[in-house]
Amino acid sequence: MAVRIQTKDFDAGAEITALRRGNPKIGAVASFIGVCRDASDGTAVTKMTLEHYPGMTEKALEKIVAEAKARWDVMEVLVVHRVGELKPTDQIVLVVVTGAHRGEAFAACEFIMDYLKTRAPFWKKEETPQGARWVEARASDDEAAQRWEPPKSSAA
Amino acid sequence: MKIKVVYLASLREQLGKSGEDLEIAPATSTVAGLRALLMARGGAWQAALAQGRALRVAVNQEMAQPTTPVKPGDEIAFFPPVTGG
Repeated sequence: MAVRIQTKDFDAGAEITALRRGNPKIGAVASFIGVCRDASDGTAVTKMTLEHYPGMTEKALEKIVAEAKARWDVMEVLVVHRVGELKPTDQIVLVVVTGAHRGEAFAACEFIMDYLKTRAPFWKKEETPQGARWVEARASDDEAAQRWEPPKSSAA
Repeated sequence: MKIKVVYLASLREQLGKSGEDLEIAPATSTVAGLRALLMARGGAWQAALAQGRALRVAVNQEMAQPTTPVKPGDEIAFFPPVTGG
């Protein structure tokens, strides 16, 4: 299963080993782990709760993975995203991409994260000393995702 | 026609509701039409769904636009811009 939503932690090493399955065609493994920090926008964060839209989340992630596989010459892709309560230092998300060469694997991994941040239905609520607050979407995440849009054909 | 509406994250909190089954007139045939219908309830509905509020909508769990048609049996979800990862 290329996409998993779960409350429990993940072991990136074990996931990568499982994904490679001793495949001798793989020459590159690119991975990303997103981690819960103890502050955001200058405010301490003691805890966060990750909510999602069951059903749509899986579909949205599978679509992103399919698009990455169509755009880059990669082999296997794994996305694991946690939901529920998380504390600073906890792992949030894991993306692993395998391929023959690093360039394609790096690009696909970054693309998946950029699209996940703007298209997969997850929401973070942070606990701060001033109370709970929903995290606001960032324009910089939209800009990061837009980098991957196909170039617009110039009007002749 | 019967549809299912879902409210998520901060929107669910503002509306005090995670979702509902609705019977709506077939004339309410788009996402924008449904949003207007819900806003007409006034109060928190008017405020939370007002134009200018950053809202995303999914129809049958696919990202949708204001012009996306709403058909019998559809599941329409309203939510704020996503913040995962």
